[in-house]
This record gives sequence, structure tokens and C-alpha cells, in this order.
Amino acid sequence: MNWRLANGLLELELATRPCNEISTKALEQLESFLPSLKGARALVIHSTVEAGFCAGADLRELYTRGRNLESDERVARVRDFLMRIHRVLDTIDAAPIPTIAAVHGVCFGGGLELALACDMIVADQTARFAFPELRLGLIPGFGGIPRLRRDISNALVRDLLFTGRSLNARRAHEAGLISQVVKPGATRRAALGAAAQALKFDTRAVAACKAFAKPLVRDETRQEIEVFLELFEREAVQDALKRFVENDGPMPYLA
Amino acid sequence: MDSPAATTTKLLDLAAEHFGVDRAALRPTDDFFATLGIDSLQVLELLTKLEAHFSVELPDYELQGVTDFSTLAARIHDRLA
Repeated sequence: MNWRLANGLLELELATRPCNEISTKALEQLESFLPSLKGARALVIHSTVEAGFCAGADLRELYTRGRNLESDERVARVRDFLMRIHRVLDTIDAAPIPTIAAVHGVCFGGGLELALACDMIVADQTARFAFPELRLGLIPGFGGIPRLRRDISNALVRDLLFTGRSLNARRAHEAGLISQVVKPGATRRAALGAAAQALKFDTRAVAACKAFAKPLVRDETRQEIEVFLELFEREAVQDALKRFVENDGPMPYLA
Repeated sequence: MDSPAATTTKLLDLAAEHFGVDRAALRPTDDFFATLGIDSLQVLELLTKLEAHFSVELPDYELQGVTDFSTLAARIHDRLA
């Protein structure tokens, strides 16, 4: 993960194979990145990994680090992780500057939650969006449901959650989840173009506009942590995580 | 609307083109994971390609248990208007 600030534009580049899974290390990097927001007037987040933007939480780490712990300790560690990732996403969500996720390929689970924390999602035709958490007996844990519900209709929210299916860029555009669709490989350029335009505007007006146009959902995301933890500690979820991690089939997310 | 056989033929054309394999080597009954040598992320690429070409939405769960081209083509055909 890399970031650079130049002429007011902050770029966060996700660059961890296979698909920018959000591990403890990635969380630490995101926490280190946050102070850079203070000097920025626009943010673009993109991925240099071919598979996509981000495949979500690192489930392998979640399972392997917790499997030998007592229940209380396991829940405490997951709670700490959730509180920290919520702080990161809440900070991006509320930053008084335009924030843009440039998405290609896989944008699943925690990856979609990262994108949803941004003000705009620009995607190319290869992008797919999904919340597959219910397959594991969980709900999205990084603020996904409140933020998805903020942006699109409840009918599609429930469809995506209850089926775990992935949505292509065209449908996501029709649904209002993403605001621009571009040809494959052109997301970063499109996002930088939008950011460059936003940089021309008065910063105070932009901040006021954002505060007015983008309702924050912190109360709901706090509730979500408690619901997630209640679900997480059940034996069925631990079994599902084990199956997912040990699955060497070609489509583990459909198992 | 095309026949199921035509859908299968087009599916094989698209898969060969997208993954750069010899079209003549592909058969409707082939296991597409094995024949194309693709993983779960590449299956999503194929899904995106198929949805765009056939102007259809093909939910991932419709692919559960599907491994051969002809069954995949039938699932697409079932969703075509």
C-alpha cells in the first residue's frame, strides 16, 4: 500500500496480491495513511492489483489467528479490529474533501465497504460488487449495510445481502451505486480527472456541500459491530470460516 | 432468441477469445475450470463478459455446481428474454 500527496491530491494505491485483502497489516497501513488526509483537498483510492480493487477482509487470517483462542479472547480481538477499521472508514467517510474510489475487478465485502466510504465510485466494465458475508453466517462488518442503504434502494440492498450475488458495473451504475463507468483500465485516469475538477472549487464550499449532501451513519455502524460479534462467535460461523479457508475448489465463494 | 445450441456455440467462442485458448479444442461438455485453467476470480471475468454479451444478469448462485459449458449455456438461455 502506497500513498502520495501532490498539489492537494492524495492518492492511495492498494498493491497487495492476491486482491488487497484487509489483514491486520493492511489495517495498520490504513491507520498510518489517515494523517495524510489532513493536507489533502481530494482523495483517489485505486488498486494496482490485476484481480481488482479489494476482495475484503482477510478471512484466512481471521480464522487462523482465532481458532486456538478462547471465545472471549477471540471476540475481543475481532472487536478491536472492527473498532479500528471503523475508525479508518469513518474518517474517510467524513473527510471534508471529495473522495473517489476507482474500482476494477473484484470489489467484495470489506472492499465494497471501503469503496462505499468514498463519495464517488468510478468503475470500469470489469468491476463486480458483492457482499458475500451471509454465506459464512455473518453480516458485513465494516459499515457495509448502512452505507449501502444510504446509496441504493432497499430492494437491491436485500437482494445483494440475501443472495450474496455479485453485481456487474452496468447494473451497479443503473442502481446508482457507481456514478461513472469507463473502459477497462481507465478508472484511475477517470477518477483523477474528477478529482482535478473538484480541486478547482473553493475548499470551504466543498466541505459545506459534503456535510450537507452526505449523511453519516455512525450510529448504525456502531450497532452493526455488536450484531456482527453476536453472529461471529457461533460455532456455525467458525465452521464456515474453516470450510472457506480450507476449500481448494475453483469457486470457494460459491461453496 | 437464439437456440440453446447457438448460445452454447457463442459461449465457447467468447471463452476461447477471452482466455486465449484454441476454440477448436473446446467442447460443450468440457469442464470449463479444467479446460480454461481458470480460478474463481477469472470465473467472475467470464461472468462479466457473458452478461455483457447476452445482455442478461446471471446471478452467481446460478453457477453453483455448474462446471461444463453446455450447462452454463443453458443457465444463460433460461434467463434470456
